[in-house]
Amino acid sequence: MSLSQLISWCVAAITFGTVIMYGCIGETVNQKAGGLNLGVPGIMQLGGISALAAAFIYEKSVGTPVPVVGMTITLLASMLAAGLGGLLYAFLTVTLKVNQNVTGLTLTIFGTGVANFFGGSMMKLSGGVGTISVSATSSAFRAKIPFLSTRFGTFGSIFLSHGWMVYTAIIIAIIAQYFLSRTRTGLNLRAVGENPATADAAGINVTKYKYLASVIGAAICGLGGLFYVMDYIQGTWANDSAIEALGWLAVALVIFTSWKPKNSIWGAYLFGLCYWAYIYIPAGISKFFAAKLKLTNLTYMQNLYKMLPYLVTIVVLCVVSRRRKRENQAPASLGISYFREER
Amino acid sequence: MQEAAVSMRHISKSFGKKVIANKNVDLDIYHGEILSLLGENGSGKTTLMNMLSGVYFPDEGEILVNGEPVSITCPKDAFDLGIGMVHQHFKLIDVFTALENILLGLPKENDTKSGRAAVEEICRKYGFELDLDKKIYDMSVSEKETLEIVKTLYRGTEILILDEPTAVLTPQETDKLFSILKNMREDGKAVVIITHKLNEVMEISDRVTVLRKGENAGTVLTSETNEQQLTEMMVGEKIVLDINRDFVENKALRLEVKHMTVLNPDKKKVVDDISFDLYSGEVLGIAGISGSGQKELLEGIMGLQKCEEGSSVIYYSTAHGTHELVGLDTKQIIGYGLHLAFVPEDRLGMGLVGNMGITDNVLLKRYRKGSGPFLHKTLPRQTAEKIRSELEVVTPDLEYPVRRLSGGNVQKILVGREINNKPTVLMTAYAVRGLDINTSYTIYNILNEQKKKGVAVIYVGEDLDVLLALSDRIMVICEGRMTGMLDGRTATKEQLGYLMTKTGGAH
Repeated sequence: MSLSQLISWCVAAITFGTVIMYGCIGETVNQKAGGLNLGVPGIMQLGGISALAAAFIYEKSVGTPVPVVGMTITLLASMLAAGLGGLLYAFLTVTLKVNQNVTGLTLTIFGTGVANFFGGSMMKLSGGVGTISVSATSSAFRAKIPFLSTRFGTFGSIFLSHGWMVYTAIIIAIIAQYFLSRTRTGLNLRAVGENPATADAAGINVTKYKYLASVIGAAICGLGGLFYVMDYIQGTWANDSAIEALGWLAVALVIFTSWKPKNSIWGAYLFGLCYWAYIYIPAGISKFFAAKLKLTNLTYMQNLYKMLPYLVTIVVLCVVSRRRKRENQAPASLGISYFREER
Repeated sequence: MQEAAVSMRHISKSFGKKVIANKNVDLDIYHGEILSLLGENGSGKTTLMNMLSGVYFPDEGEILVNGEPVSITCPKDAFDLGIGMVHQHFKLIDVFTALENILLGLPKENDTKSGRAAVEEICRKYGFELDLDKKIYDMSVSEKETLEIVKTLYRGTEILILDEPTAVLTPQETDKLFSILKNMREDGKAVVIITHKLNEVMEISDRVTVLRKGENAGTVLTSETNEQQLTEMMVGEKIVLDINRDFVENKALRLEVKHMTVLNPDKKKVVDDISFDLYSGEVLGIAGISGSGQKELLEGIMGLQKCEEGSSVIYYSTAHGTHELVGLDTKQIIGYGLHLAFVPEDRLGMGLVGNMGITDNVLLKRYRKGSGPFLHKTLPRQTAEKIRSELEVVTPDLEYPVRRLSGGNVQKILVGREINNKPTVLMTAYAVRGLDINTSYTIYNILNEQKKKGVAVIYVGEDLDVLLALSDRIMVICEGRMTGMLDGRTATKEQLGYLMTKTGGAH
């Protein structure tokens, strides 16, 4: 493998990783408060499609769209839509105490449906499949860091040549980590996820924490969808539910990181490397294994490589549960609704 | 007389339509005294105190703190009023440290540094020993109890409520706790201790309020009462235990248990080298503090627990022949006529499926006898009908989820189903757990009838009076070891109590 191939593998991994890093941080915040939101893929879709729709309408209605304005509108629209998804989840699971798994899965189906519906509508408006383009807004998201991106050789090409949201993801991960492990509010939030009855008895407003964690978590997830639309596929849309697959990986990543946002910084990139491995693994290696496994078609090998992120997650789960360290386990009340007067 | 720290007036609380936990209760708590709240299981002690700590809200009635009417809608309201409660199930977060648990949910000015200093000061003042950086999952029950009390004190508690604090403590730990409580009384705090142990009431409290079936059965000064009077207040009338105990002739050896040893997941011996015989036509009582290995012993016999090398259970039966049971699976053991009815603390956790009706629960134990893939419900339905009429189970119909029935009815179904299978060995554990006296007697009579039919009955119980009245022989275990085998007709309560706490075993 040449150096340029290695660089492009890493760049692809980082771009990919950023999408799921947002999803992972958002879901971690929610899970730490006890909300097992399997609606992450749906919420990312909501965030993505509303970003696209906002940019689409803005760019259509103004003659010469200003990138920064488009960017701001898009950000707000995306976080609002995703946050509403989180609000819906919180209302169903916290107030109405609906089963969390069912609610989350339904939310995924709902988000995918909404996204594909509006994606289809916009394609009609713009004149056919693959014709949606919000290039002005997208360019604002993809703008590279001036001066830095072209220097520092290989390091610069891999790490400094991305749009600003790649770095924001890292910053949010660090903030989330600090918030959860070092702040009073973070301690309270973790208490809610571990044992809501105890938190309640300690005077913490369990409902408020669960709602806020769900809404804020969902808004962060939504940024993942936004990044996917604006940077990853550069301001267009395809009704292929690709975000959904990434959403599930984000949920897997939460487990992989053992509920620590700081681990998602490298974990997400590792998932990215694994995900793109099927393109970059040298043909020689593929041929060797294909021969061993008696596979006639090399695309079979590619499909096997695509399993890598999931395989890594399973291995990590096994290792973590073998170690039995309590701090690395899921929050104790994850997925369970809280009834104060239950006996 | 001084003004009451807390007064509860005409408090009523019910859950759903059926369960009345408290009815028209009056209660006063004063500063500088220790009040015992005494009552049987299910008499509404905890519910009443939960209304002070903000976990529940009363349906009717009024609460006054220092003479002012207050409304306590959540735990925060309670500790703003200086009321702190230590629950029976500790409200602590396992993965946090002691200090984190204490500071949890408090406003920002209680930072780690000043918080630590203040907590250490409290520990010095009252004599607590506590490692503030220890994680809860590394703590013993006694440490957790201490932490809970320190936590409430840090929050400025003036009125401390303790729910059965000594249930899980050793005698030494209990003494230590009591001396701390006395320090708190000296300091002018009001202490309420919920308990059903009479000796503790007499030892520590200044006044006693007794609850019976959710109602206040009276308040007395400890110095002016005695255990006999308190018992009568608790149960309503003087109870005379009058259980028929027939002597069955021609006993035959049924089970020969030899060197039974069972390990728990932490590789600790929970049943340690127990050997005994069991005969037909007798009730063998098993006495011991809850959690001394009773459950594991019975499950070991039934093949539900793995017995260690050297354990042996030989089963003699005219109908099924002689068999070594260790190593067989539970299905075979049931086939030989051994049946276990275990009533766990939550009553439904083992044996019955809450969402199913009586018929389906009967079916659970016999569906293997059917042929083909379809269920035959006719016979189970007849059995269910028989259980309902013979044991007087109160249920709207046979398909009504047993989860919604009262505890007594659920237990009748559990025991009734095992009896219906015509056992040769019937093992029951805590069969009367949480039942009122009348229903308990129904169960005792059922067991006695089985004994007369020649069934070998094992009865694991908590109430020593019942064990003494019901059993032909009583085996006592302590920490998994057998500490004695007594004749049920001549043994005394004192003997049992001594053997139950005889740590170190009989060796």
